Amino acid sequence: MLQITGVSRRFGDITALSEVSLEIRQGEFFALLGPSGCGKTTLLRILAGFEAPDEGTVTLDGEDLLRQAAHRRPVNLMFQSYALFPHMTVAKNVAYGLEREKLAGAEIRRRVGEVLEKVGLDTMAGRKPQQLSGGQRQRVALARAIVKRPRLLLLDEPLSALDKKVRAEMQLELKRLQNEVGITFVVVTHDQEEAMSLADRIAVFSEGRVQQVDAPVELYERPRTPFVAGFVGANNLFEGRACSVGLASDGLGVLPGVSTLPDGTPALLAVRPERLRLDGQGVLRGDVVDVSFYGGVSHVSVRVAGRSTPVLVATQGATQVQAGSPVALSWSAGDGVLIPQ
Amino acid sequence: MARSTVSGAPVKSQARRSRALGRLVFLGPGLTYLIVLLLVPLALLLSYIPFRRGRFGGIVYELTGENFTRLIDPLYLDVVLGSLKIATIATVIALLVGYPTAYLIAQLPRKWKTIALVAIVLPFWTNFLVRIYAWIILLSGPGLVNSTLMDLGLIDKPLELLYNQGTIITGLIYSYLPLMVLPLYAAIEKLDPQLREASANLGARPARTFLSVTLPLTLPGVITGCLFVFVPSFGNFVVPELLGGGRSIMVGNLIRDQFLKARDWPFGATLSLALIAVLIVLLLLQAWSARRA
Repeated sequence: MLQITGVSRRFGDITALSEVSLEIRQGEFFALLGPSGCGKTTLLRILAGFEAPDEGTVTLDGEDLLRQAAHRRPVNLMFQSYALFPHMTVAKNVAYGLEREKLAGAEIRRRVGEVLEKVGLDTMAGRKPQQLSGGQRQRVALARAIVKRPRLLLLDEPLSALDKKVRAEMQLELKRLQNEVGITFVVVTHDQEEAMSLADRIAVFSEGRVQQVDAPVELYERPRTPFVAGFVGANNLFEGRACSVGLASDGLGVLPGVSTLPDGTPALLAVRPERLRLDGQGVLRGDVVDVSFYGGVSHVSVRVAGRSTPVLVATQGATQVQAGSPVALSWSAGDGVLIPQ
Repeated sequence: MARSTVSGAPVKSQARRSRALGRLVFLGPGLTYLIVLLLVPLALLLSYIPFRRGRFGGIVYELTGENFTRLIDPLYLDVVLGSLKIATIATVIALLVGYPTAYLIAQLPRKWKTIALVAIVLPFWTNFLVRIYAWIILLSGPGLVNSTLMDLGLIDKPLELLYNQGTIITGLIYSYLPLMVLPLYAAIEKLDPQLREASANLGARPARTFLSVTLPLTLPGVITGCLFVFVPSFGNFVVPELLGGGRSIMVGNLIRDQFLKARDWPFGATLSLALIAVLIVLLLLQAWSARRA
C-alpha cells in the first residue's frame, strides 16, 4: 500500500537517508527501529510532507504522495512531543482535523465523542492539555490523529515520554486500537522492546540505511548484518572466518553454527545469551566474573581466554554458579548465526 | 526542646529582617529614582488640576471644575480623538508590517537571527531628533524623494509630502516599529514549530493554521507590541511638531502648548491626566489578557 523507493535525503554533509526502499502493507503495524540520528524520523517527516527527499519516490495506493502538500495527504502523524494545541480544549484539539474537512457540527461532535470514548478520555473533553497527565496527553494526541480515519497513521516515538508502567498499558492499548480501526500504522522508535512487542514487521535503520526488514522473531533469531545482531537484543559476537561447521575463530578454535557462506568469508558468529548452556561438554572454557539475578532470569558473565569482552549467559531463574568458578559453555550449532562482515 | 524554641524564634525573625534588607538594597535605587523624579513631579502637576490659570500665567488657587468641562469642548476633544486615530493607524500599520518581519526573523538560522535583530534595533543608536530631521530632508520640496521622482519624469512638480497626517503616521511607524518587532519576535520564536506542522497534518491550509494556531498563540506578543507602539505614539509631540507642521494636532503638542505657549498649567495638567488615564486603561487590558494567556 505504501511504496517507498530509493529515497535519499542529505542535510549539508550529513546523509540522513540513503536509498531507502520499503514496502508497507495494508493494515500492517510497521516499525522503523534504530538509534537516534539514524534517519527514521526524517523518513517519517517525508511521509507527512514536512520534508522532501532529494531523490526517490513515495506512493500511497499507487498515488504519488510527494506531489501532495502536507495538508492534503491522507496521512496523520502523532508527534513525539504530542504537539497538542495549548489554547484549545481536548475536544477542540480532536475536532480540529474534522473541522478542516468541513463536516457538519453534529457529525463532528459525534465522532469526537466516539473517539474520546475509545481512548478513555470522554470525561476530559473540556480540559486544556496542560491540565492532563502525560499518559492522557498521549491519548489525546492519538485520538486527534485517528479521528480523521487516515489511510496511514504515523507515530513518532509514541511512548517515549511515558513512565514504564503507563508505557506497558499504552502498548497494549495501541495494539488493540490498531486491530479495531484497521488503519496502517508506521511507528518510529529507538526502543527495540517497543518495536518487538507492537510491530508485525520491523525495519532496522542505521546511518540512514535499512539494515534488515523482518518480523520480530526472524529479526531476533536471524540477524543479517553485524549492526542488527548487536542492536536487537543482547548477543555474543565472535569474529573469524566462515567454515563448513560454523566459524573458525582466530583465538578460540572452531565454534559451531549454521553457515551458508562460502568457506573463508570474514564473518561474525552470533549466539544469544539464553541459547548458551553452562553444563556439559564445553565448546569454550572460562571463569565466571559476575552473576546478576533479575527474578525470572539470571545473567552470568564469563571471561574466556583469548577474548576481550566477557561472554554473557542468561539462565532461567536462579543459578548455582558463583563468581570465580570455572565453567564450560556450549550451544547447539543451530543457535549459532553466521553473519558476513 | 525549650532552648530550641527560644533560640529558634529570633533566628527566624533575623532571617526575615535580612531578607527585607536584601529587597530594599535591590529595589531602593530604582524606587527612589521613580518616587523623586516621577511620582513627586507628577503629583505636583496633577495638584494644579482643580485651579485656574492667572491672567499672566501662574496659578490662581481658587477651586473650579472648568478644566474638566473644557476637556469635552469639541476644540480639544477633536485633538484627543485625532491623536487616538493617528496612534491607532500607526499601531495597526506597524503590526501589519512588523508581524511578517518578526515571523521571518524567527525562521532564520541562529546566526542570521542575531544579525537581523541587531539591524532592527540599530536605529536606536542614533539620536531620535536627528532621525526625524532626516525625514524632513527626505520628504521636503527639493528633497531626495521629490527630486528622484522628478528626475524619473514621474511628476512635474514636487509633491507635498511633509506636514500632513500621513507624514506624522509615517514618522511614528518609523520611530516605533522596532518596539513592535521585538515582542512579536519573542512570541513567535517561542512558538513550537511542531504546532504548525500538526495543524497542517490535520488538514489546515497555511492561512487557517495562521488564524487558528499561530495568531492566537502569539497574541500576547501582538498586544505587547501594539502597546509599545501606541503608548509613545499617542502622547508624542516631537514627530507631529517636526513632520506635522507644528500645529496642535496631537495631545502631546496640545499639552506642550498649554505649558509653554498658553501658560495654562492647570488645563495642561488636566490634559495630561486624561492621557495618563487612557494609557492606564490600556495597560490594565494588556495585563488582563496576559494573565488569561
